[in-house]
Amino acid sequence: MTEITRPKEGFLNVFAYRTISRDEYFVRGHRACQGCGPALGLRLIMKEAGPNTIVVNATGCMEIISSPYPYTAWNVPWIHVAFENAAAVASGLEAALKAMRKKGKLPADEKTNIIVFGGDGGTADIGLQALSGALIRGHKLLYVCYDNEAYMNTGVQGSSATPFGASTTTTPAGKVSFGQGYWKKNLVAIAAAHNIPYTATACPSYPLDLMRKVRKALDADGPTFLHMFSVCPTGWGTPPELTIRLGRLAAETGVFPLYEIDHGKYKMTLNQPEGLRPIEDYLRVQKRFRHLKEPEIEVIRKRVKEEYERLRKLEAFTQEA
Amino acid sequence: MEVSLAIAEAARQADVDVVSAYPITPQTHIVERLAQMVADGDLKASFITVESEHTAMSAAIGASMPGARVFTSTSSQGLALMNEIVFLAASMRVPVVMALANRSLSGPISIWNDHSDIMSVRDVGWVSLFANNGQEAYDLTLMAFRIGEDPRVMLPVMISFDGFILTHMIEPIYIFDDAEIEGFIPPYNPQFKADPKTPMTFGPVGVPEIYTEAHKQQDAALRGSREVIDEVFADFEKRFGRRYNAVETYMTDDADVVLLSQGSVFETTQLSVDELRKEGKKVGAVELRMWRPFPFADLQAALKNAKVVVVLDRAVSFGGQAGPLMSEVRSALYPMKDAPPVIGGIAGLAGRDIMMEHYREFFDMGYRYLETGKEPEVITIVGLRQ
Ligand SMILES: Cc1ncc(C[n+]2csc(CCOP(=O)(O)OP(=O)(O)O)c2C)c(N)n1
Ligand code: SF4
Ligand SMILES: [Mg+2]
Repeated sequence: MTEITRPKEGFLNVFAYRTISRDEYFVRGHRACQGCGPALGLRLIMKEAGPNTIVVNATGCMEIISSPYPYTAWNVPWIHVAFENAAAVASGLEAALKAMRKKGKLPADEKTNIIVFGGDGGTADIGLQALSGALIRGHKLLYVCYDNEAYMNTGVQGSSATPFGASTTTTPAGKVSFGQGYWKKNLVAIAAAHNIPYTATACPSYPLDLMRKVRKALDADGPTFLHMFSVCPTGWGTPPELTIRLGRLAAETGVFPLYEIDHGKYKMTLNQPEGLRPIEDYLRVQKRFRHLKEPEIEVIRKRVKEEYERLRKLEAFTQEA
Repeated sequence: MEVSLAIAEAARQADVDVVSAYPITPQTHIVERLAQMVADGDLKASFITVESEHTAMSAAIGASMPGARVFTSTSSQGLALMNEIVFLAASMRVPVVMALANRSLSGPISIWNDHSDIMSVRDVGWVSLFANNGQEAYDLTLMAFRIGEDPRVMLPVMISFDGFILTHMIEPIYIFDDAEIEGFIPPYNPQFKADPKTPMTFGPVGVPEIYTEAHKQQDAALRGSREVIDEVFADFEKRFGRRYNAVETYMTDDADVVLLSQGSVFETTQLSVDELRKEGKKVGAVELRMWRPFPFADLQAALKNAKVVVVLDRAVSFGGQAGPLMSEVRSALYPMKDAPPVIGGIAGLAGRDIMMEHYREFFDMGYRYLETGKEPEVITIVGLRQ
């Protein structure tokens, strides 16, 4: 196996966030791989959401690893029905709670968080229609897409959230192909186009930022969407102990910028006064990108910069307005 | 009253909490009426204008989870689109009620009536009953809530009734006063529900060690629902005087040739029995109202005196042994001692009218069989243009 270069500086730049609640609602003992980014994200999100929450989970890694009967990792009511319909199931749940409150079958002032977890495949591809329906109808729920950038549960197949140039089992790099041939779908823009009150990107490598966004989303008056970048060591070919680091590198290189759209106002939520890090810092530690040559890397470099600048402009424009 | 509106009225009287449905001809009048009732405050429910039938059924399951009463309705393509989730409604044991306005499945695209939609969901695990006229569609929709929500059942229930032939028909239908129906459907309060006070996991992974047992349990629940359905039919008769049976019979006691069908054609088969009886022919008619759970003993009892049973199928099983109804009836009678032979044909696909001469042709098929002992060709379509 080729040796993987590990960035030295800041390697241990991970704080113990002592202010975070010790209560667990997505508890240990589940079957996620070592260094699983999505599992860490779910744990943090649930800590913020607390016990008065009902979770709807799409089929995918997080569903499989947390619910092999008779075990469960969920300390809140948890519902899994199918792959592409989590947003639809949650729509019905929300509509039911509303009706039951109105009819006195539940206390009128009762407030239960509804959180949906779907993978990138379950959200950007097969579940996009159900998501769009839920967002436009205005159901009060938080939809979290934990994006590990491929269909991991079925064995690392490419999705429309798989990044340009990544090699997956259905977008393999080969003699005449460099892997995924198109740019990652912009889920946040799609969600925001539904004019929902709050949309954000986040990453468990920034726990406090993630949890602050979860709080904002849960407190918002309407549907909200969180696009959570989630490192998957198994699917990406990265060492498990680099999960946190890789999440940070994705943000610092601009590959996955952290920002929020609060009632139409864009705001970059990661302060980067020194500018973006070189893209290679992020790419070179991952097996899925290892085959990339300079021409493809240049495409990524250019596009990442453009997208980042576009976001900065949107921030300036909407904050001013 | 138009039959669709009567069905909407039944859902209102059941005081449903959530209606989740997507428009499709010929189901539309039912959900339009329910939407209007919600808009007028006559029905206190959330009406979810879902973006597809797949979501209609998904949202119905989600809505059931905290203990809401849920109604939905669809037809053909809508049922086909939601197919994946129809199975899940049964395995997740949510007592959703679905009014299925039977319509042919495309292609070619057709909005008209036959039974190809319902036949495509034979093995989904729902309680499945047929209505023959508007009154039955209304009565059965009311009973469906009580059947499905019974703690001994906890399964979804679908009521089939023929698209256009019933949905768009204006018939005299006796609609109960709200006070009259009071208490017939007890409040729904399931034992397990999605409630943060009692965290539970719904829809976990069915590992190989448990999937088989889960299916056995689901089958036991569906078979066990028979007892509850009989109770509900009996109570309905006691309260309101109308009798429903798993298998309906007409002049079968001394009949040599019995024509078996489902849905609204049963009423016309009775007219044709009357006509042929006038000619001295000993014929009868049977309807298999209860499709699931399958009423084996009732069907065997109803057909035990017949010399031959002719099945009128309203769907094609391409390349199969016969229409789906005939396959089922034939195998249901197989274990009987001296089982009557079962033959059949297909008619009334996609709204093709079944005329009196066609019913006659079905009976003739039976007589020809009795004379020659030769089965009709597979597949015989009555009313086919050559
Ligand atoms: C209708 C349907 N199609 C395909 C599948 C198979 N399937 C189950 S999980 C999965 C991958 C999920 O990918 P993603 O949503 O990205 O979540 P991840 O596994 O990566 O966490 C697939 C393809 C399915 N369960 N249902
Ligand atoms: S494959 Fe990836 S996302 Fe799935 S459990 Fe393992 S690390 Fe987590
Ligand atoms: Mg994925």
